[in-house]
Order: sequence, then structure tokens, then C-alpha cells
Amino acid sequence: MKMELIQPFINAADAVLSQGLQGTTKVGNLSMEEDAYCRKGVAGMVALTGDIEGRIILDLEPQTALRVASHYAGADLPESDTLIKETIFELANQVVGNAVSALNDQGFHFRVHPPLLLTSAEGDKTSEDVEALMICFETSLGNVFMNVALRYNKRRMSDHAAVGAKAGRG
Amino acid sequence: MEQFAPVKRSKDGQAVRYLIVDDSVFARKNLARMIETFGGQVAGEAGDGLTAISEFDRTHPDIVLMDITMPQMEGIEAAEKIVQAHPEARVVMVSSVGYQENIVAALQRGARHFVQKPVKPEVLYEVIKYVMGEDGSVAGAAGAGA
Repeated sequence: MKMELIQPFINAADAVLSQGLQGTTKVGNLSMEEDAYCRKGVAGMVALTGDIEGRIILDLEPQTALRVASHYAGADLPESDTLIKETIFELANQVVGNAVSALNDQGFHFRVHPPLLLTSAEGDKTSEDVEALMICFETSLGNVFMNVALRYNKRRMSDHAAVGAKAGRG
Repeated sequence: MEQFAPVKRSKDGQAVRYLIVDDSVFARKNLARMIETFGGQVAGEAGDGLTAISEFDRTHPDIVLMDITMPQMEGIEAAEKIVQAHPEARVVMVSSVGYQENIVAALQRGARHFVQKPVKPEVLYEVIKYVMGEDGSVAGAAGAGA
């Protein structure tokens, strides 16, 4: 997976978490995930389609998710509160939104789909052309894991190249 | 959360009334908390573009804070329909998807401004003052009593 695709998501997550949690965020371990995704706790997935396709998962251990949601709510939430899920969804949305904004300014076009809650313990196994990168963000409230699996949409990219070549000839 | 000098309606000195449109409950609560710190009042909430249109007709807010990516009808289309029916409507797009194309499309279709998520209260506050223009006044502003 190309780092030029991943970097905007790392930057976006760093900015969103730093601002939202009002503290410094450290990018910890990065690892390639070759097996099926194993959920750690409360996990929100946002799918992307367009010039680049794939998905981003933001995953927090249950106690970290509770602390993060309580921080945003400005009050201690009960463990069962639906706001915990909503908070993780919105954070995932903000990370993806900020990252695709940066990528769009480089000429890539996307559609961002509404977040989904991952409920099964394991997700899809990544394929050879959709490797997943797991990044751990260390925050004052605990670790936030981001799993990014993206690939270029070859058909869309070749369409762009053809249009570009035609325009160049024209 | 930081408190701001209240922004009031110039015509009657009442609180500015807001319609918050976002499919995320979290985002709506977050914006509602910010609005409170601006001295504003939440007139209504909606979780999609279609409901936003009916809520606008019901509540006649001073400002609409509108997300873009939503189910049923997206925010830019809803903003356009609201402004077509109510040219005086002040719609501010609030979205994490802040690329140039989206911003231009929103402004061309009637939105007055664009704020990217995560929303910084001080940024939204300045946008509210700008969008209200002469129809809004800041209570206790230096200009008023100088």
C-alpha cells in the first residue's frame, strides 16, 4: 500500500484526536495486517469508493471508548450509552473527511459512505491488493487504533489517465 | 467549554435560533453545546436533509448548521431546497469533508459559509457573527458602548 495514500489519514487522525482530546497524540506502532481484522472493542468503519477504494476502521478498547466519549460529552457516561458508539462514528467520519479533503486537493475523487458499527469479532481477510496498515495512536485517554485498507481503483485511474492524455494532445 | 459574548438578533435582542442538521447524535450534541456558549438557542434538530426542510418550515431558524454526508438527502441538496424556498435563509455547512469541490458546490447552491469538522468553537463563533451580519449584534461588544 502506498504511503502517499496512508499519510493523509495518519495526519488527519493525529489532528482530530489532538484537538478533540485536547492533548498531545503520539503515533505508536505501525504494522501490516495480513490476516482477518480482529476487533478490539468499539469499532466504526467508513467505506470509500471512487478513485481510491477501501475502508478505514477506528477501533478503541471498551474502557478507552468510554473515557473518550465521556470526555467529548463533558460528563461520565454509562458503559451502555449509545453516545459511545456515536462518538467513535463521528471521530471516524472526521478522520476520513479530513484525509479525503487533502487527497481530493491532489486530484482524487471519492464518495464517503456513512459509518458502520463492526459487531463481529473478525472482519474480512485482506487481499493481496488491499493490504491493511494498523496504526496505534497513543493518547492521554488510551490507545486509538486505526486500520487502513485502501487501493487505487485501476479502472477509474486509467479513465483519468486517458482523459489527461487526450487533453494533453488536444 | 469557553464562553463567548452572546450573539443576539439585532431586531429584538433575542437569542439567535439555530436548526442543527447532522445524522450523528454526537455531532448534534456537540454543536448544541457550542451554541449555548454563544448565547444561542436550538430551535430544532434533524438527522437528514428531508427532515431538515420540514424542520426549517416549522421552526424558521435564524441559522441552519448543515452536515453534508447524510442518509435520505445530503446536506448540499437540502440547503439548495431551503434557500430556493426561503432566499433569506442562512445555511452554514458543517462537514468533515472540506475539499474545494464540496465547498464551491455548497456555496453555489445557496450556503453562506463552510466550517470544517472538527469544529473549533472560536471559528464557528466568528462565522456566526459574519453570517448574521447586521442582523446580529454581540452583547457587550466594545463598539456598542464606545
